[in-house]
Amino acid sequence: MSINALEIRELRKTYKGGVNALKGVSLNVKEGDFFALLGPNGAGKSTLIGIITSLVNRSSGEIKVFGDNLFSNPSAAKSHIGLVPQEINFSLFEKVMQIVVNQAGYYGIDRITATKRAEVILKELRLWDKRNETSRKLSGGMKRRLLIARALVHQPKLLILDEPTAGVDIEIRRSTWEYLKKINASGTTIILTTHYLEEAENLCRNIAIIDHGEIIENSSMKALLEKISSETIIADLEKPLKQIPYSSDYLISSIDEHSLEIKVRDSQGINDLFSWFNHHEIAVRSIRNKSNRLEELFMGMIEGKNEQ
Amino acid sequence: MSNSNFNKSATALLTIVRKEVVRFFRIWPQTILPSAITMSLYYVIFGNLIGNRIGRMGDVPYIQYIAPGLVMMAVITNSYSNVVASFFSSKFQRYIDELIISPTPNYIILLGYISGGIARGCTVGFIVVIISIFFTSFKIDSIAITVSVVFLSSLLFSLAGLINGIFARKFDDVSIIPTFVLTPLTYLGGVFYSIALLPPFWEKISQANPIFYMINAFRHGMIGKSDVEIAPAFIIIIVITTVLFISALALLNKGIGVKQ
Ligand SMILES: Nc1ncnc2c1ncn2[C@@H]1O[C@H](COP(=O)(O)OP(=O)(O)OP(=O)(O)O)[C@@H](O)[C@H]1O
Ligand SMILES: [Mg+2]
Repeated sequence: MSINALEIRELRKTYKGGVNALKGVSLNVKEGDFFALLGPNGAGKSTLIGIITSLVNRSSGEIKVFGDNLFSNPSAAKSHIGLVPQEINFSLFEKVMQIVVNQAGYYGIDRITATKRAEVILKELRLWDKRNETSRKLSGGMKRRLLIARALVHQPKLLILDEPTAGVDIEIRRSTWEYLKKINASGTTIILTTHYLEEAENLCRNIAIIDHGEIIENSSMKALLEKISSETIIADLEKPLKQIPYSSDYLISSIDEHSLEIKVRDSQGINDLFSWFNHHEIAVRSIRNKSNRLEELFMGMIEGKNEQ
Repeated sequence: MSNSNFNKSATALLTIVRKEVVRFFRIWPQTILPSAITMSLYYVIFGNLIGNRIGRMGDVPYIQYIAPGLVMMAVITNSYSNVVASFFSSKFQRYIDELIISPTPNYIILLGYISGGIARGCTVGFIVVIISIFFTSFKIDSIAITVSVVFLSSLLFSLAGLINGIFARKFDDVSIIPTFVLTPLTYLGGVFYSIALLPPFWEKISQANPIFYMINAFRHGMIGKSDVEIAPAFIIIIVITTVLFISALALLNKGIGVKQ
């Protein structure tokens, strides 16, 4: 039996001032997993990560990291974890190289080893040219990559990333994904929060959804996506359409004269939809998904929950 | 503690100390220069210009009387400012998180920051000693007393600076204590005069000022006599240092000011 990378039991957090950010969260993350923690703004993701990384005091509950209790054996538990925080938190005046090497020092890694490792990581993350710059002179995307470099220098077994690709361009986002896939493949367990559901869908094998401080879903990505019962498709039309012909099978609404929104249930084929278009002599230029599948599911869950 | 844990803690400590020392040397015009200039002015004005008219304090020339006080003043303010400013910045810019997420025990974080304060206090103190050589003959009566008083005072005020840094929420909080508490206490602690000159009531009040003991213990080490007995002075300094050390460590353990 393989050991859990992370075990959280009944974790609760009430901030000073009374915000009940976590209301009894329990969660397991398996060793080697690539795990997505999703939830809307203010759901409690950063709070949960804050407690796991000792930046936030818990109100109650237990946490084990690779079997080591975070509260009774903090130095062992902490040495397993690497953190990419949501907010940039470098010293304004420290240079890139120093930031990475010093972080290694805090984990007890001697300076010679740390310098060698920093070189490898900074090259991999394409920051080597910037090693003698102060962090404030880096672009936003470079700062994000430096956060990752700093989190990895002590070779943690568990890497936790709180929105690692917020505000970076498509290319850097994709190269970051590739990099994360690579280190996951080499054995590092990864937990990631993100608001780009495409990111979670592409990378993660297991997923938990948190809302208002509670886990409302926890399963494999595959099982979750299978729950999706319908997809929304948008069709761009060749010619403006004044009136939508009636359909007994599909829920169709118009976005504007040139595009339609169509809800397609899983049991229905897309072929029938094309027959319908042909039948009514509607010329379709292109079709696309309104949003990605996870996004639709996610919205459904959060809305369903909030209506209760 | 296992041997490997000890080595790791030692490496972490070294990392913090190096970072602290690099910091204050990098910004030397803010950290080292001001004391050097201020103390030179004190020597010129109080030592040479006015001092010559004052004549002797007790039985030493005035400039030689104030020299130890000026050195201590530099040590105290620099130790304190270094730790309060550095710790507050690390909180303000949130890079203190780098340390908090790491396995570095709190007592190592504490030792690291106060070592930085002691390094700066002693560096500037040494520079002021060098400057004073240009103005007065500088003899030391007891090296052991002199060095240990400087070290202990520097330690004490580094700890006080750390506690101030832990509680500070805004930049103003960093300068309030140095301006409104530290500076007055230093001036009133007998840098420029012997409290024997004061009316009995104020002489008694002055004895409640901890800085008074440090300045005079240091003066004792340098010129062989002062307003205080050396043993009680040491006891007072050590007791205060111990209390501050325990308090600072307890605050760090609770995560006051750094954890939500
Ligand atoms: N330091 C704090 N003091 C008081 N309340 C806080 C603090 N930090 C967070 N909260 C509250 O706790 C709740 C959860 O916040 P948290 O930052 O964990 O959400 P999140 O899921 O990370 O959101 P986002 O996606 O916006 O980053 C929110 O209601 C927030 O206002
Ligand atoms: Mg967050």
